[in-house]
Amino acid sequence: MSGNIELLGTVLARAKDEGRAALVGYLPAGFPTVDGGVRAITAMLEGGCDIVEVGLPHSDPVLDGPVIQTADDIALRNGVKIVDVIRTVQEVHAATGAPVLCMTYWNPVDRYGVERFAADLAAAGGAGCILPDLPVEESEGWRKAAEEHGLATVFVVAPSSRDERLAKITAAGSGFVYAASLMGVTGTRESVGREAQDLVRRTRAGTELPVCVGLGVSNARQAAEVAGFADGVIVGSAFVKRLLDAPDLDSGLAGVRELAADLAQGVRARA
Amino acid sequence: MSSDFFIPDPEGLVPSAEGYFGAFGGKFIPEALVAAVDQVAAEYEKAKADPAFAAELEDLLVNYTGRPSALTEVPRFAEQAGGARIFLKREDLNHTGSHKINNVLGQALLTKRMGKTRVIAETGAGQHGVATATACALFGLECTIYMGEVDTERQALNVARMRMLGAEVVSVKSGSRTLKDAINEAFRDWVANVDRTHYLFGTVAGPHPFPTLVRDFHRVIGVEARRQILERAGRLPDAAVACVGGGSNAIGLFHAFINDRSVRLVGCEPAGHGVETGEHAATLSEGRPGILHGSRSYVLQDEDGQITEPYSISAGLDYPGVGPEHAYLKDTGRGEYRAVTDDAAMQALRLLSRTEGIIPAIESAHALAGALELGRELGEEGLLLVNLSGRGDKDMDTAARYFGLYDQGAK
Repeated sequence: MSGNIELLGTVLARAKDEGRAALVGYLPAGFPTVDGGVRAITAMLEGGCDIVEVGLPHSDPVLDGPVIQTADDIALRNGVKIVDVIRTVQEVHAATGAPVLCMTYWNPVDRYGVERFAADLAAAGGAGCILPDLPVEESEGWRKAAEEHGLATVFVVAPSSRDERLAKITAAGSGFVYAASLMGVTGTRESVGREAQDLVRRTRAGTELPVCVGLGVSNARQAAEVAGFADGVIVGSAFVKRLLDAPDLDSGLAGVRELAADLAQGVRARA
Repeated sequence: MSSDFFIPDPEGLVPSAEGYFGAFGGKFIPEALVAAVDQVAAEYEKAKADPAFAAELEDLLVNYTGRPSALTEVPRFAEQAGGARIFLKREDLNHTGSHKINNVLGQALLTKRMGKTRVIAETGAGQHGVATATACALFGLECTIYMGEVDTERQALNVARMRMLGAEVVSVKSGSRTLKDAINEAFRDWVANVDRTHYLFGTVAGPHPFPTLVRDFHRVIGVEARRQILERAGRLPDAAVACVGGGSNAIGLFHAFINDRSVRLVGCEPAGHGVETGEHAATLSEGRPGILHGSRSYVLQDEDGQITEPYSISAGLDYPGVGPEHAYLKDTGRGEYRAVTDDAAMQALRLLSRTEGIIPAIESAHALAGALELGRELGEEGLLLVNLSGRGDKDMDTAARYFGLYDQGAK
């Protein structure tokens, strides 16, 4: 069974046709529980996200700030396994028909088996993977498997990436390009700096792929600002925080839906 | 360059251009760090070609660190080792009390050359942290040290030393609150502050070029020891023995002997409460290949690639990864790795203290325990070279509790 890379492209193109940016939401699988995580990720899509990233919780999330670290800890303490992450992708996609990506550190994929992971993710209806600690130089094996199984390989670019690296990375990637808005780990920020706009401009110079911006975006105002120069707006920690701060799952889900709706307005009100 | 003190790219195990030792090594880092890591590699290449760099490092190692370090024969200790002769390479006598200063001074010079003004580092036992804080004081660099909360407690003396030297010490409360988590936090800092910050990595792990660069700065240990033991014992040792956490002191000792095929290279890993209990940090003995902290090597992990929490009485060895060159030495058979329990290490610590008047670090005591075993295996004709990587002052609280040395209420 082939993965949903084409669906991902269709959804990004539709947003573009509507003259707006796409909204991409992130939550880790298994948080607060496997079933609760499925409901929360589904709620992001119901609230207005176009695309979701399902995080694979990791024991050593070196690129994540305290909010996602806490969520990963909770998920792992509850015993989440890779098979549960795959099941989350499958259930969310089956319930919504939306493009569902997996975001994961590289070691779990390496240990699980590159070919096996790609096959299982594709069979679950996944659209692709974001692999933030797998540099393009080490990615050949994964890209081969991803291509065979119809999965996108989304690479991250950073403000520190020089133009020649941007060209190399975007040539190897598919689906879209994840542009990190700043130098730092995940987490909400007061503002999204000019670095992001410059990075998007430089990235677009060498690729036809859509460029989505992540890191630091947490509200509709910021989403509108980013939507003014990018093809997509990625929000993670702000969703996790809604769940962490809620007294129970139902109010957490309501908070997730509400935030998604706010952000969905933001990406339609380009600054 | 003919200096003993800095011998880059020795013959033997130069890694590939991508930083691979066989199947191990590489550069598994986020895009945000690629430019900084490439800058370190480029600056190191330039420094290697610059005689002024080697001269400045040599001056520091001689006049500041006190190199060459002594080689001490320990006959009373060796009586417990089947009568084999044992020589200790005294890295504990270096300024700051361990081998760590060798690498730190080299990288501090690189930091200056790169024009960076801030240094961050991880530390387990505090030996690398103290050495880094020392170099930062010497060179006027801002310094932040990340240390797991478990380790700030069991190595409190070293925390005080680092603060006395002007460093900020951050107690890391995530994960297992030990060395692995300190490295995670240092990486998070580096990603956010990479413009002006050098991550002064403390062991032969991490992304390329760190395993090679740190090895080259420690290679002086083996180069000196090889010459010293030839002079003193008239022949090469049967084995060179060192403790292995990340593996920097071991690779520093081993490297000069790589091409001496008669010399066994024996690394002693922490078996904690015993490998069979699951409470250990014997990565090469019990781990599986995987990626941790930027390179492929053996890693203690579960079937889902989650890193498992290590355990050792020694904060400096309490790490679920190991340098990729050790993984390569293990797989090729050139290196031998054995696991030493907490108890065996602590007995060796006490034995060396009472027979020779040298109190070793608990880390180094793992190598001593390994040497006692090897000596008994080799018999009276045996000749062993052991790296005494650090001194034990920092461990007196742990040792006092272990042996009940406090007047009351201890243990």
